[in-house]
Amino acid sequence: MATVSDDVRARRAISPFSRSFWLSLLRLLASLAVTFVGLLFITFLIGRVMPIDPVLAVVGDKASDEIYQAARLAMGLDQPLAVQFAYYLGDVVRGDLGTSLLTANPVAEDIARVFPATLELATLATIFGVLFGVPAGVIAAVNQGRWPDQVVRVFGLFGYSMPVFWLGLIGLMVFYGVLGWVAGPGRLDIFFEDVVPQVTGVILFDSLIAGEFEVFRNALGHIILPASVLGYYSLAYISRMTRSFMLDQLSQEYVTTARVKGMSELRVVWLHALGNVMVPLITVIALSYANLLEGSVLTETVFAWPGIGFYITNALLSADMSAVLGGTIVVGMVFIGLNLLSDLLYRIVDPRAR
Amino acid sequence: MKRRSLLLAAGAFAAASALPATHHAAIAATPADTLVIATAIDDIVSLDPAEIFEFSGGDAANNLYDTLVTFDPNALSKGFQPGLAESWSISNDGRTYTFKMRKGVTFTSGNPVTAHDAEFSLRRAVALKKTPSFILTQFGFNADTVMDQIKAVDADTLVITTDKKYAQSFLLNCLTATIGSIVDKKTAMAHEKDGDFGYEWLKTNTAGSGAYTLHSWKANESYVLNANPSYWRGAPSMKRVFVRHIQESATQRLLLEKGDIDVARNLSTDDIAAIAGNKDLRVDEDLRGRIMYISLNQKDERFANPKVREAFKWLVNYEGMANSFLKGQYVVHQAFLPLTYLGELKEKPYTLNVAKAKALLAEAGYGNGMEVTIQVRNASERLEIAQSLQNIWSQAGITAKIESGTAKQILGEYRARKHSIYLGAWGPDYPDPHTNADTFAHNPDNADEAKLTGKLAWRNAWDMPEMTKQTSAAVEENDTATRATMYVDIQREHQKTSPFVVMLQKIEQTGLRANVKGFVTGSAISSVYYWTVTK
Repeated sequence: MATVSDDVRARRAISPFSRSFWLSLLRLLASLAVTFVGLLFITFLIGRVMPIDPVLAVVGDKASDEIYQAARLAMGLDQPLAVQFAYYLGDVVRGDLGTSLLTANPVAEDIARVFPATLELATLATIFGVLFGVPAGVIAAVNQGRWPDQVVRVFGLFGYSMPVFWLGLIGLMVFYGVLGWVAGPGRLDIFFEDVVPQVTGVILFDSLIAGEFEVFRNALGHIILPASVLGYYSLAYISRMTRSFMLDQLSQEYVTTARVKGMSELRVVWLHALGNVMVPLITVIALSYANLLEGSVLTETVFAWPGIGFYITNALLSADMSAVLGGTIVVGMVFIGLNLLSDLLYRIVDPRAR
Repeated sequence: MKRRSLLLAAGAFAAASALPATHHAAIAATPADTLVIATAIDDIVSLDPAEIFEFSGGDAANNLYDTLVTFDPNALSKGFQPGLAESWSISNDGRTYTFKMRKGVTFTSGNPVTAHDAEFSLRRAVALKKTPSFILTQFGFNADTVMDQIKAVDADTLVITTDKKYAQSFLLNCLTATIGSIVDKKTAMAHEKDGDFGYEWLKTNTAGSGAYTLHSWKANESYVLNANPSYWRGAPSMKRVFVRHIQESATQRLLLEKGDIDVARNLSTDDIAAIAGNKDLRVDEDLRGRIMYISLNQKDERFANPKVREAFKWLVNYEGMANSFLKGQYVVHQAFLPLTYLGELKEKPYTLNVAKAKALLAEAGYGNGMEVTIQVRNASERLEIAQSLQNIWSQAGITAKIESGTAKQILGEYRARKHSIYLGAWGPDYPDPHTNADTFAHNPDNADEAKLTGKLAWRNAWDMPEMTKQTSAAVEENDTATRATMYVDIQREHQKTSPFVVMLQKIEQTGLRANVKGFVTGSAISSVYYWTVTK
């Protein structure tokens, strides 16, 4: 027989403010903090043991020894590594990501400028990859071994194996140079720069918020090609994975049962089989999205796209550690965030995980 | 049933295909009063003229600030001309320079340009001790003495006193460099923090009297300049200048062909060749000051042997490189002063001669060859040069390993004298022959502890007291013709005996839309000018 106290305990267990809820939240935060400190420390260490001299990035090749030493002191590089790291961590905790050596700007400000550029590109690319990749994978699986499967395979392999750099240049030559269907490199035509105030940093949003549709159109014209090139790459991956997940599902007994029951092939494939593929597929899509969010240096270079990939790479090559670590924090957060998000989505699409 | 699913999928494809159908109206040309330039600007780390020392920063400063002494962009070969200083006189002992300020010139803030601003700017550059400060401190200024040595007597008169007598043109040439830029004292000091003379603020803002003001600078992305309508040399015809960071040559070429940009400054040999026949475009060629050389570390006793040093000078395919993969981008040049400089030496005594080099190596006791390492930055043309050298050297029995890395990696080793053979470039810092003579032919203390890291002769541990004396004498010689002869003599000796193999001098090829006139890159002595451009 249930007692009153049992009832109270049961209610506590489901209440969002119960002790166990707070405990698990604390545990999650603690593990996040440890992950972050570890991530930062390893990045910091790699940056410091690399045979690259950050002082030279600031003072240049021709500096006299006196000037070189003064800059080294000012940058705190005379301190032991552990002390340097402790200083850095202290600043980060206070919300100060430091100042980039290369851009003379606060790192937080730089990232607020470059990350939205990458976010915009990666999001469109992923939408493109999913819109085309999932149906292509399903078609390939349904037609296993026949010509549609081969077409998808060749198309996918081409996207996966062609260097993004080359694909980008060819794309620019054809669609911008010859056909004039899209705008050229960069995020906007220069004449539209600084027309809309930065709210989110994502120009497609900011232009709509400001009601500047001409700017929106221009931004869309600029982003469509790089997003398609990156999207093609993720399409290739997503379609291959969808195909193999689908093949696995289509050989299951419930599919045979459904067909025997006279259910239409459309429902069997697109509803039942695809529905069951969703869980692993979400992980694949989230990972592919996260990879794109790290920034694609080559695509960013070809399209003169000032994103985070270019920013971090440039900083790394000059041992501009504040910038590198700032970028690492952002990329780390993206991975952790997307992991949490895909966990959450599992629960929605898979009742067993609830 | 399968057909149905196929149809459905085809429908999905068709729907998605409609997505990228945003038609972009191609812009035929940039507006008539706007100049759009594509170039690499990722070397800008600061916009403070006391700190700027890289090419792109110098380009920006040349249009944002003025100097006391300047050049006429339309007649660069005439040498230095009055700038913010209208005239100057020099005392009999050759140590005191009195500058009279040009009247009626204002900063873009509206404040008048006075001798007090000039005093502030030069003192500030000395006190901040940034890398280019040596251009001023080599005249004996330091934080303690500068108050007496650089002095505004009144609003119109500035007096500079050097520690000893130098060639007059030496100081005047040095004042044309970016570090000689005159900063608006009132504006800079309004942003001063902890006695920094406004340094933190001026890193990303400007306070000059130049042809343009800074509208925005986004590092690694772009900078935008607005014309200064009351510029003392006349309002610029280009009201706005957009400089966009675009690294890829192929991307620059596409933009130029489409008319989305007016000027492309980093086109590769292939892309230059490809646009050659396009009547809407033009290619300008301009000799720049950058010199490509290799140097042999004298700490390695093999290279300390004069015969070995000479052998390497016969082991470069000078013409072969300049006529093939570097075509149009470099000319053969074998002396440390760039062509067009006072005292230039045009003689090119060395050619590719493997047999002669082999004989020299045999005489030196290296008939069986040797193993060496070439340290080089991983920039494409430098790697190609390294490969050419590697190939030629193998014919003389020299096995070369190429060690490439980022600039900061390679330079760290070079400055610590830890390299074997360094392949690199050197650009002059100011338009006076002493700039290169001081680094290639002057080493007053060869000890490791001396740490004269700014001097290439020291980096290569080359001890040459006699030539050091001659270089010191040349910078003090006031008779220009005699001075020029002194540099020619030093370079002839340098060509023969030094551990430096000077190979090439840079030509800048600029791709322009045909309607762009008056784009001056600054040749070997200056930086780019935007205010001379018309369309």
